[in-house]
Amino acid sequence: MATQRKAVALISGGLDSMLAARVVQDHGVHVEGINFFTGFCVEGHTHAIRRKDSARPKRNNALWVAEQLGIKLHIVDVIEEYKDVVLNPKHGYGAHINPCLDCKGFMVGKAREWMEQNGFDFIITGEVLGQRPMSQRRDTFPVVARESGANDRLLRPLCARLLSPTLPEREGWVDRARLHDFNGRSRKPQIALARSYGLHDYAQPAGGCCFLTNEQYAVKITDLWKSRGRRDYELDDIMLLKVGRHLRPRPHFKLIVGREEGENKFLEGYKNRYTAFRSTSHTGPLALLDGTADEADLQLSARLVARFGKGKDAASVSVEVTGPGHPPRSLEVRPLGQDEIPSEWYIA
Amino acid sequence: MNRHTLDVRYQLCPIPVIRTQNMVNKLPAGDIVEVLCTDPGTLHDIPAWCRINGHRLLDSEQGKDEIRIVLEVCRSA
Repeated sequence: MATQRKAVALISGGLDSMLAARVVQDHGVHVEGINFFTGFCVEGHTHAIRRKDSARPKRNNALWVAEQLGIKLHIVDVIEEYKDVVLNPKHGYGAHINPCLDCKGFMVGKAREWMEQNGFDFIITGEVLGQRPMSQRRDTFPVVARESGANDRLLRPLCARLLSPTLPEREGWVDRARLHDFNGRSRKPQIALARSYGLHDYAQPAGGCCFLTNEQYAVKITDLWKSRGRRDYELDDIMLLKVGRHLRPRPHFKLIVGREEGENKFLEGYKNRYTAFRSTSHTGPLALLDGTADEADLQLSARLVARFGKGKDAASVSVEVTGPGHPPRSLEVRPLGQDEIPSEWYIA
Repeated sequence: MNRHTLDVRYQLCPIPVIRTQNMVNKLPAGDIVEVLCTDPGTLHDIPAWCRINGHRLLDSEQGKDEIRIVLEVCRSA
């Protein structure tokens, strides 16, 4: 009896990687999924923080895809290693701070390591020729294969027939004739293929699946680097950039102000590590101060935070200030007027 | 059989799932893991992760401020 071949599929949670894995399953190959968490992933949960997005499914799409396909999914935390991809991309950035080509090479490289450690035979991605301007081009596909070390053990089932045959095709582990020749940005072939498999529910993330392609996010992370005088980040930094209004009243600090209860609840988790502000006399947001602040800065921050609460028109608002290393205190402040908040304070 | 508690409150998905996965992968069959979370998505994702990977979900409940999920580590033969 022939040995059943094993493939590891990069599963993002989107339609293309789901279809790529499904196509290879049809060839009798044992498929398991791998998903990398960089910290920049856009997930249903990121949106689920906010009430306005409560209709979106609160699910991890990669897990959901794996369950639909009946495959195991290995979620790998690559936050630390990924920093070098974001900060020093050999191939540069796309429109914002998205290092797409380096990112793809990195992820396929991590999948190759996993493949070798676990005795798998080849790697599957959902890439489609011509679909992405930076990483999914005829001239960049070989770069990913080479720099990841995957070489011809990297199979792209959705466009394989437009490319040179890979090892799994040459060895007959998959039938090249039953792979696909999808090309370009149209989604119609993928949607038709999904329908043929009876797949009707799949994630279609608006604006991509990575915050690094988001213009506002890029402005916020650039502001963070500029204010600190160095290009670096920790996980907390990049998670907090996904939440709240960000205002920088002074170069040495910024405020992150919750926009609704879901965000306030999320910010609660950071309350013990940052100076935090919340009105006790009126309903209002929780806000965190990132940076350093003297007494005048604390007063200004409290007035600003009061502006975003129900007491914005009150003569005086009580704001509790808490933080690491000092006991809670209460400030009585007059909320800033709308005309006292310059638009330049808003980051993105 | 040992009982373990994993506190992933205030962590956003997929961190609660990754930390559950990393803990469970080191435990023998029969051990019980209680996961404390706040992200409402964990109510969907941790059970889904259990189903995919063959672990048994024993309980999941959403309190006012926190979610508690209990699972049993299973290993296929």
